[in-house]
Amino acid sequence: MRKFRLIPDHTNIRFMWLRRFNFPASTVLSVLSLVLFFTIGPQYGIDFRGGSLIEIKPVAATHDLGAIRATLGGLNLGDVQVTEVSDPITGTSVLIRFQQQEGGAAAQQAALTRVREAFADTVEFRRVETVGPRVSGELARNGTIALVVTLLAILAYIWFRFEWQFAIGAIIATSHDVLMTLGFFVVAQLDFNLSSIAAILTIVGYSLNDTVVVYDRIRENLRKYKKMSLVELLDRSVNETLSRTTQTSLTTVLALLALFFFGGEVIRSFVAAMIFGVVIGTYSSIYIAAPLLIYFKLRPGQAAADEATTAGAAGRA
Amino acid sequence: MLQIARWKITLILLAVLAAVVVTIPNFFPAATVAEWPGWLPRKQVVLGLDLQGGAYLLYEVDRTDYVEKRLRALVSEVRTAMLESPRIGYTGLGIQGQGVQFRVRDLDRLADVRQRLEPLRNPLNANLLAGTGGVREFDATVNDDGLARLTYSDAGLSERVRGIVAQSIEVINRRINELGTTEPSIQRQGEDRILVEAPGLGDPERLKALVGQTAQLTFHLVEGQMNDQQAQQTPPQTGTVRFPLVDDPSSIFEVADVPLMTGEDLVDAQTGFDQQTSQPVVNFRLTTSGARKFGDVTSANVGRLFAIVLDDEVISAPVIREPIRGGSGQISGSFTVESANDLAILLRAGSLPAKLTIIEERSVGPGLGADSIEAGKIAAVIGTIAVALFMLAAYGFFGLIANVAVIVNVTIIVAILTQLGATLTLPGIAGIVLTIGMAVDSNVLIYERVREEFKQGRTAIAAIDIGFKRALGTIIDANITTLIAAVVLFFLGSGPIRGFAITYMFGIGTTMFTAITFTRMVIALWVAARRPKLIPI
Repeated sequence: MRKFRLIPDHTNIRFMWLRRFNFPASTVLSVLSLVLFFTIGPQYGIDFRGGSLIEIKPVAATHDLGAIRATLGGLNLGDVQVTEVSDPITGTSVLIRFQQQEGGAAAQQAALTRVREAFADTVEFRRVETVGPRVSGELARNGTIALVVTLLAILAYIWFRFEWQFAIGAIIATSHDVLMTLGFFVVAQLDFNLSSIAAILTIVGYSLNDTVVVYDRIRENLRKYKKMSLVELLDRSVNETLSRTTQTSLTTVLALLALFFFGGEVIRSFVAAMIFGVVIGTYSSIYIAAPLLIYFKLRPGQAAADEATTAGAAGRA
Repeated sequence: MLQIARWKITLILLAVLAAVVVTIPNFFPAATVAEWPGWLPRKQVVLGLDLQGGAYLLYEVDRTDYVEKRLRALVSEVRTAMLESPRIGYTGLGIQGQGVQFRVRDLDRLADVRQRLEPLRNPLNANLLAGTGGVREFDATVNDDGLARLTYSDAGLSERVRGIVAQSIEVINRRINELGTTEPSIQRQGEDRILVEAPGLGDPERLKALVGQTAQLTFHLVEGQMNDQQAQQTPPQTGTVRFPLVDDPSSIFEVADVPLMTGEDLVDAQTGFDQQTSQPVVNFRLTTSGARKFGDVTSANVGRLFAIVLDDEVISAPVIREPIRGGSGQISGSFTVESANDLAILLRAGSLPAKLTIIEERSVGPGLGADSIEAGKIAAVIGTIAVALFMLAAYGFFGLIANVAVIVNVTIIVAILTQLGATLTLPGIAGIVLTIGMAVDSNVLIYERVREEFKQGRTAIAAIDIGFKRALGTIIDANITTLIAAVVLFFLGSGPIRGFAITYMFGIGTTMFTAITFTRMVIALWVAARRPKLIPI
């Protein structure tokens, strides 16, 4: 029986040589992402900005978005956003977001009551979320702490299991994924919520999983081919693991796509971020994590020779 | 590696079988399962608020409001203490920041002042170990120039807030038990917060009304009545406070600031109907001492009005027609049956010691919950089929083994969730689906390794043996890094996010478990049966 192969059996792609193109590109994009995140910024959801979100589903078969906007406009809620979301399974519903009301928690509750009374029996209230300013500040702080703690814990683990070079390489590659994902949130205008932090942490875990598999092979090959130049060895290791790396990403993305299309509106942006992260994490394991090791002296005294080989390879190309 | 002892095989199969058995009740409706005989497993996965619908309410003690009220009371305590004979003269008694201050006229009596302020410092939790009287609520300072202050100490305020939270939880519990329909969990969060989670509740509005209302009931003698414009023009007389009428906020009552009675004097409150108007009312009974007090006050004030004040609003202000000595009374107002009932519940359960405000609320209606379950199921099924087809296409028979391993995997995750009583949320379902995608990874790692070893010229059996051994180290390293991220997520997250971290963590664990035990066992058995010369991947 002939089996389907995603990647041909004997690839020999010169990833190390390719780094002269994708390193600058990745650096520029990472910096750009960071700039975008802190200038334009993502569309912060209520978890971090505070305020309320109400999802309603009109009882009648049809509804008029304009009428809903007009009703809300008369309720003195300040800036109100009304968006319609359609879903193959849960049908069409309307999301209403409004900001933190002046006058604190009591005013916020009063505003919610006004909305409930205005629509009363004409809609089904599917969910109501309110986050106060102190809570939103804490959530943002906890999210940042979690991210930093994760990165440090993983740095320590890889340092312990491998060598420091691998730990640094893995952290750079993973930080690259995190930055790119932050940029993705801005560009795709996804709601940035607590679940987005969860998505980013998952991406960190996934990307490292991929990276560790590649590093594991590099470590093994370092012992096996003591004479081989580092560039050749890294290329060989990445090519050997290429089939596994891409297949796992594919199955993971397949599962996530099912969630994206059928899992409902509530988790869609969470899943979208993860799909992006899995793709970018796969890229970074292949094109960033491994080539980075060239810059650290994995084999004392061989760095110069490696550079010469790379130059030679480039010349031939 | 490929030799597996028979007892190990038995153990692995038993573990898988146990997981299947534990999972079974989840496929049946709760009502059906409840009727099963006792020897069958009956536990089902606990669904999160986002799947079964319900309300998540985070309350915080309103410190500013509490401090303000407490200091107002402290002012009158200080006044009483200074007026005790022999009187100590003072000026400028009032609230200043987080405390109360005044100036002593007679500088020779500062020692007396210190002595009289000491009991007002109010020892909180008398500490048995330290023997120093524990934390005092207030710090007292009396300067030589006659300036005296009682201020909240940080420790005193924290201790006080902790006490308020504990007391509030008791009150909320009593109120909700009275409601009797749902079984919410009520927990302290941090120093000054209370988390109320009520699963399966369609409309959180009534719950919010019951939990959040302070329900401080007081009866006051009415000193005067006016409209809001008059109220703005004239300052209140000393010894009085003003409250608006609940049904008409423009009507203001000026009442004596010391209440005749408070909610504490009540022993019972029940809904009833007024005999003449048939309007819903709340009937109450007083404690013995409360009844005596009420009897004395009413007999001394026949013909005057008294205001029934709930949370700084006047519900009604009836005339005292005759002395009320029976120890019972009636509160009428414009109640509906439900609001009268709720007030009765609130009065029976007692008042909250301080105002609570909602700082975070997440409620999901049952409709969205049901839709989310449906969406999660469909996504899981489609995701599984897609991954399974891919694995079959890529690895044929070995792909089939991987698919069975994935199903075993998911079964074990669900079994663990069921057995531990962990909560399954929508992101939790996402975690399971993600696990389906990533679980095949361990098989992919093994198979690719086996292929490599085989291509390097080993015999099929040796390739499988060595491939397994070498892949296992990688699988463990790779999964532990992922596990670290999942564990941090578990400690960071609350509610739905924590649900994701839980299934993701279990998913990583079961992935390693099935790779090491189940997959290995199946392949070992296959090798033993077939003695393959070629590798079908």
